[in-house]
Amino acid sequence: MWMYFGKRILLGILIVVVSVSLLYTMIHMVPGDPAKTLLGPRASPELQAEIREKMGLNDPLPVQIVKFLGRVAVGDLGQDVFKNKPVYTIVFEQLPHTIYLVLSGIGWAILVGVPLGCVSAVNRNGVVDRVIGLISVSCIAIPTFVVALYAVLVFAVTLKWLPAIGAGDGSFASYVWHLVLPAFALGLGWVGYLSRLVRASMLEVMGESHVRTARAFGLPEPMIVLRYVLRLAVLPTITLIGMGIGILISSAVFIEIVFARPGIGRLIFDAVTSRNYPVVMGSVLVTTILFVVSTTLADLINAILDPRLRSRR
Amino acid sequence: MSMQEKYPATSTTRDGWGAFLHGLKRVMREPLGAVGLFLVVVMVFSAAGADFLAPYDPNQINIRAKLQPPSAGHWLGTDQLGRDIFSRVLFGGQIALQVSLVAIGLALAIGLALGLIAGFGPTWLDNGMMLLFDAVRSFPTVMFALAVVTLFGPSLTTVMIVVVVTQIPIYGRLVRSQTLALRDAEFIQAERSMGADFFRIIFKHILPNVIGPLLILASMDIPFVITIEAGLSFLGMGVRPPTPSWGTILNDGYSFIYNTPWPIIAGGLPVILTTLGFTFLGETLRDVFDPKLRKDI
Repeated sequence: MWMYFGKRILLGILIVVVSVSLLYTMIHMVPGDPAKTLLGPRASPELQAEIREKMGLNDPLPVQIVKFLGRVAVGDLGQDVFKNKPVYTIVFEQLPHTIYLVLSGIGWAILVGVPLGCVSAVNRNGVVDRVIGLISVSCIAIPTFVVALYAVLVFAVTLKWLPAIGAGDGSFASYVWHLVLPAFALGLGWVGYLSRLVRASMLEVMGESHVRTARAFGLPEPMIVLRYVLRLAVLPTITLIGMGIGILISSAVFIEIVFARPGIGRLIFDAVTSRNYPVVMGSVLVTTILFVVSTTLADLINAILDPRLRSRR
Repeated sequence: MSMQEKYPATSTTRDGWGAFLHGLKRVMREPLGAVGLFLVVVMVFSAAGADFLAPYDPNQINIRAKLQPPSAGHWLGTDQLGRDIFSRVLFGGQIALQVSLVAIGLALAIGLALGLIAGFGPTWLDNGMMLLFDAVRSFPTVMFALAVVTLFGPSLTTVMIVVVVTQIPIYGRLVRSQTLALRDAEFIQAERSMGADFFRIIFKHILPNVIGPLLILASMDIPFVITIEAGLSFLGMGVRPPTPSWGTILNDGYSFIYNTPWPIIAGGLPVILTTLGFTFLGETLRDVFDPKLRKDI
């Protein structure tokens, strides 16, 4: 067990190192001098040299990567030369907005998706099951940014029920009010995912002997479903959400742009459009770490719950 | 009778065309499959025939007729430059189809080759490639796309690079696991003991067993690729204007959302219908031909 944990964590670290190196190499393959790109064509050679030195661009690439990794290990993501602020500060100012968005999106998806899957499984192959199945697959198939655009069009522009852009005037109530549409758009696809997954895993659990035993004892059906089936069947959803954090972050980029919200997705988008490499590196790195940590955690939780997985390659 | 004739590598007894018709019938029997197939056929034909079907040149500007609602002259209205949205939607379908076919095709070929190498190669190579695959997969797709756009600038080629690189690990993994499972199977050992060379084993035995699930997986990836293309173009990081793409139509529509709802409705519907169509069709194909795949996804 510990062996598996150790291996899995080591693999997680290794993946971060490899992906950071890939990204670093990619960014430095870009034609032209990053210092020149950063400062514009009219910068003096002295200033360019200073920035080159500051960014450590005079070392050979492998040395730069190792130095960068060393700095990352102690939490230093570099300096944003535009704003003259540490990248760390900038990223962690924006990160909470994205986390609130992701949590509220996935939150409502769980509240709706799990019961839907449950109803679907109980009415297996009935009309209700088919309708829920159709809705779920449709929710999964429709791209998040299209949902977001249609949501703005219907609820903000046409009906004027909810605000279309921004994150509110600073008060808690207005923040939450501005979160409603973005969270709806982000979570809709997950309602489908979760309902499909819960349905499938419930059907699997329903065939197991402890459920048959519970039935044989004459327990009422609702009690069997809620207490003996659903309890086990929701476990895979933890893994799905852990694995899905990458998709969630990707969707958050679109959501934050459509709704003009602050957040890490918007930060990366702005950094890319202004070719602000230190911020691109820092924020992509943080999201990658977030992603690797959550998938690793999901894997470990899975291993605790299902010992069969540990022996697999 | 040789071993080969007695135990054919695949269980298909029909010839190619017959098997195709039989499969088509089975897909059509499922309501979702029929709807999916219908949507996909409509999409493919309207995209392929855009040159004949489009009533206007998609880039023809007519400022005096800007932001019009749907009418007999302009079925889906016009955009902020007075361009006919219906024509732009048709040509946008061409871009979507082109990206999906080219990019998925490339990713399939490379993923297949890498997966076979990983499956047949020494353990260290296998482990190294799996690590690389995991590293590539560990970037959220859009983050990766944004990083690539920073490097190469926004273009259709950039979109394809993103799709190819992010899809290779998926196909590579599938091929690798199938290859590993087959490598030591009895019928392969028998072949080997009779002196079959490496290429015969791969092309005659491994490939026919791997290609089915791979194609089903690929067909289920088409909506994802269409979403990526439309999404990146929407962000201004994909197809460059004035080339019509569903994403750029949506982007234009978003800028004028308070003036007219039609560009957004017109740009979003084809995305929704096409992704739905391919999803329905892909799911049906999977359920009909390879129910085992269901567990892996």
